Amino acid sequence: MNSELKIELGRRYHFAASHRLHSGQLSEEENCLVFGKCNNPFGHGHNYTVEVGISGDVDPATGMIANLADLDSFVERQVLEAFDHKSLNEEVPAFREKVPTTENLCIEIYQRLKSFPKAKLERIRIEETGNNSFEYAGENSEGNHS
Amino acid sequence: MVLLTRKIEFCASHIYHNPDLSPEENRRVFGKCNNPHGHGHNYTLEVTVAGEPDPVTGMVLNLADLKQILEREVMQRMDHRHLNYEVPELAGQIPTCENVARLIWQLIEPRIKQGKLHRVRLYESADLFADCYRNGANGAGNA
Repeated sequence: MNSELKIELGRRYHFAASHRLHSGQLSEEENCLVFGKCNNPFGHGHNYTVEVGISGDVDPATGMIANLADLDSFVERQVLEAFDHKSLNEEVPAFREKVPTTENLCIEIYQRLKSFPKAKLERIRIEETGNNSFEYAGENSEGNHS
Repeated sequence: MVLLTRKIEFCASHIYHNPDLSPEENRRVFGKCNNPHGHGHNYTLEVTVAGEPDPVTGMVLNLADLKQILEREVMQRMDHRHLNYEVPELAGQIPTCENVARLIWQLIEPRIKQGKLHRVRLYESADLFADCYRNGANGAGNA
């Protein structure tokens, strides 16, 4: 029904991690050219902010789409434990092959959270710094609200 | 289409408590939000209106009009109030971010005469917010 209201909940989480942008498919010179200082050999780090968007019916008994304690513990287990104060390249298996750009990080975190049992995962939005942010809403999504 | 967003802040107190649940269940479900004397937040509200800029004024809607709507419907009703005891529209509901965002949508949508209300985003803290849309308006809902 088009006239119905839809409610989404957004929760922001924070972690710090290091990464290095480097592709095995490019030469040293090309890596340097494409990734600039993000290709520096010893890597560097960011304070990442991950915004998790979920949707679902608001339970009249609780007023909630999902209990925040459940969402927090799921994100802690699925993402923060694996990413916080880690090297994304060395310690997250998905980035052994893929370049740990924040685009790819959005997709990886989406995959890790899409099985949240209490609500539908709508989107992952990550701020790599206060000035750069990236958003992923699954493969079938075309554009989003601003 | 152009989106215009106005942001306001208000402060209010609330408590999460469902009288149909036992005291133990209330504590289990709502945690410290169930503390009997309530607690408060600095809320930030972002209201986004979609429309075409008027060829004469260049505006989607006049911000002064939106400001007045938000003052009357939100600030006067909720600022420095206890959401459970002083906002009758929330009677029988738990005043979560989800429910308050939906109420704000219901209060302001009929008042907006230029453009269309696109999104209500209510931040309860910097790390927690609820969005309210018409289903499908964000490209993610089922039309």
